[in-house]
Amino acid sequence: MAHALEHRNAAAEGSQREVMAGTLAEKVWDAHVVRRAEGEPDLLYIDLHLLHEVTSPQAFDGLRLAGRAVRRPDLTLATEDHNVPTTPGPITDPVSKIQVETLRRNCEEFGVRLYPMGDADQGIVHVVGPQLGLTQPGMTVVCGDSHTSTHGAFGALAFGIGTSEVEHVLATQTLPLKPFRTLAVNVRGELPDGVTAKDIVLAVIAKIGTGGGQGYVIEYRGEAIEALSMEARMTVCNMSIEAGARAGMIAPDQTTFDYLRNRPHAPTGADWDAAVAEWTSLRTDDDAVFDAEVDLDAAELTPFVTWGTNPGQGLPLSASVPDPEEFADESDRLAAANALAYMGLEPGTPLRDIKVDTVFVGSCTNGRIEDLRAAAAVVQGHRVADGVRMLVVPGSAKVRLQAESEGLDKVFTEAGAEWRLPGCSMCLGMNPDTLAPGERSASTSNRNFEGRQGKGGRTHLVSPLVAAATAVRGTLSSPSDLDSASRPHGQLASATTGEA
Amino acid sequence: MDAFTTHTGIGVPLRRSNVDTDQIIPAEYLKRVTRTGFEDGLFAAWRKDESFVLNNPVYAEGSVLVAGPDFGTGSSREHAVWALMNWGFRVVISSRFADIFRGNSGKQGLLTAIVSQDDVELIWKYLENNPGTEISVDLVARTVHAGEIVAPFEIDDYTRWRLLEGLDDIGLTLRHEDLVADFESHRPSHKPVTTPA
Repeated sequence: MAHALEHRNAAAEGSQREVMAGTLAEKVWDAHVVRRAEGEPDLLYIDLHLLHEVTSPQAFDGLRLAGRAVRRPDLTLATEDHNVPTTPGPITDPVSKIQVETLRRNCEEFGVRLYPMGDADQGIVHVVGPQLGLTQPGMTVVCGDSHTSTHGAFGALAFGIGTSEVEHVLATQTLPLKPFRTLAVNVRGELPDGVTAKDIVLAVIAKIGTGGGQGYVIEYRGEAIEALSMEARMTVCNMSIEAGARAGMIAPDQTTFDYLRNRPHAPTGADWDAAVAEWTSLRTDDDAVFDAEVDLDAAELTPFVTWGTNPGQGLPLSASVPDPEEFADESDRLAAANALAYMGLEPGTPLRDIKVDTVFVGSCTNGRIEDLRAAAAVVQGHRVADGVRMLVVPGSAKVRLQAESEGLDKVFTEAGAEWRLPGCSMCLGMNPDTLAPGERSASTSNRNFEGRQGKGGRTHLVSPLVAAATAVRGTLSSPSDLDSASRPHGQLASATTGEA
Repeated sequence: MDAFTTHTGIGVPLRRSNVDTDQIIPAEYLKRVTRTGFEDGLFAAWRKDESFVLNNPVYAEGSVLVAGPDFGTGSSREHAVWALMNWGFRVVISSRFADIFRGNSGKQGLLTAIVSQDDVELIWKYLENNPGTEISVDLVARTVHAGEIVAPFEIDDYTRWRLLEGLDDIGLTLRHEDLVADFESHRPSHKPVTTPA
């Protein structure tokens, strides 16, 4: 945000701040500056601080050692997600148990609201915040978790922080931050049927690379983005970090307001009107300039899958496993060769021929109700292929209840899938849900790193639609590969269009 | 964070370069839920070797680590700084530090003093000839005193000021608590709180 810094300096000198154009990210930043001084980072106010059991213990311990309190427990919320089992019963892993128990003790001691396992509002931290209406446009949101970028879908400036920063926010409700640069990702035109938010973001990462967003806050723009539901927008912003970006944002609009209205923590009455008036102004000015821009044509996008061991190693499902020799760049060539060796893949193999053992539907990327509806619509009337295990893990207890009220759990279990309790689960395998060495998954999660889903496990990142079709056929597939004649009716299937 | 002006303590000569944070504390020691107790993982792999410097009882109370160039490279884990401080180190001397490690050290109050490699060699020889002897680090004068040796060291002005004042990032921010309170008094009433609606 080099030019944003110029704006800020101008503002600090009392010059024409109001008439200068700004991007959405800059406007949210500027509205949260508590202190600005020459040669020092800006001190930014944090509107919402989310906590979970893995990255918070040392932060609380630091407060305790320094004799400090949590400044704003009323702007702080904790949930148990990374370690929790998704089958009924207590935590059996001793390390996980200690982390969860420590969070409970810390929340009690410091007066922080916690949604523990079994609570009606428990779930993955990035599913819980939006679902409660706590994530709102124009806010600053932080969490000791890189996928905090999810909340940017509401036009919030939301990013992951380290443990010392968690402690800093707990103690002061602020963070000293160096400015970001701004990157516009323009997705123009209309998405074809069966192409979803996950396909957009996988295509973006494949295009700009896992380091392409480094130092930037991305703003996703264009007709295809505006047409997305809130849940789909969260999927896109969630994976901004996989392109190396600090955060991803989408300007709030009527879709955002409609999602928020009547949520438990959304404003009401006169506050609602005041909020909407403010939120409506949160748009990048027409004459604002981004530090960089990337364009994608939505009409050219197709279902996307990863073949390698980082999220940038992806291709359309219709493609074949690439030949490392064909990469022009030396380090790309080496990375591809290493990835194929780890993944156990031969160059030239059609991606559709890759057979999987496990299908995982869930995570903060794709564990929301629309994702489950989309996957259910595809498997309905089919059976999960022999030898394939399909795990469906709702992103929160509320998502699970909603899905059950719609009968989605029955659709999954009748097809032979496992219907689980909410949590991060196989996305990172900190709980017992892991791949065995050499096992291969089609996963709606966000990272296909070596060993991420279990030591030696091989991960293909996919959308919920592709995950579900893959479960039915046993090889990487899209819903169009399924024999539609075998379905009893097409009612649920029609609900998939434009969703997920 | 305690203020740092001068420190006198036993110098520990670590004749190694490129000491990465995986060596300072291996990943298997990162599961603890406190910020204390990481001394058990400090240089865990190297401590299995009986001849490793920290296994010599004269260095048990060591508090000034004198290391080779490029100290603290690799993973950003803050646990590396915690482990050194939990052991009892207040100062690390090297001719070059990795950026992230140096930043993390500044946050926690561990002084990273940049001394020329020629002077590091002199201090190493002095400590090896006088095992268990104390050396002094003067942050006001930016000098290291080891016997007759007086070696100047570099540290950036901002970090030096924070260490002299005993201000960690949180302490610094709390100096502006009035500005935070003022900002809070102007926040719109429609902003959400996490307490029951």
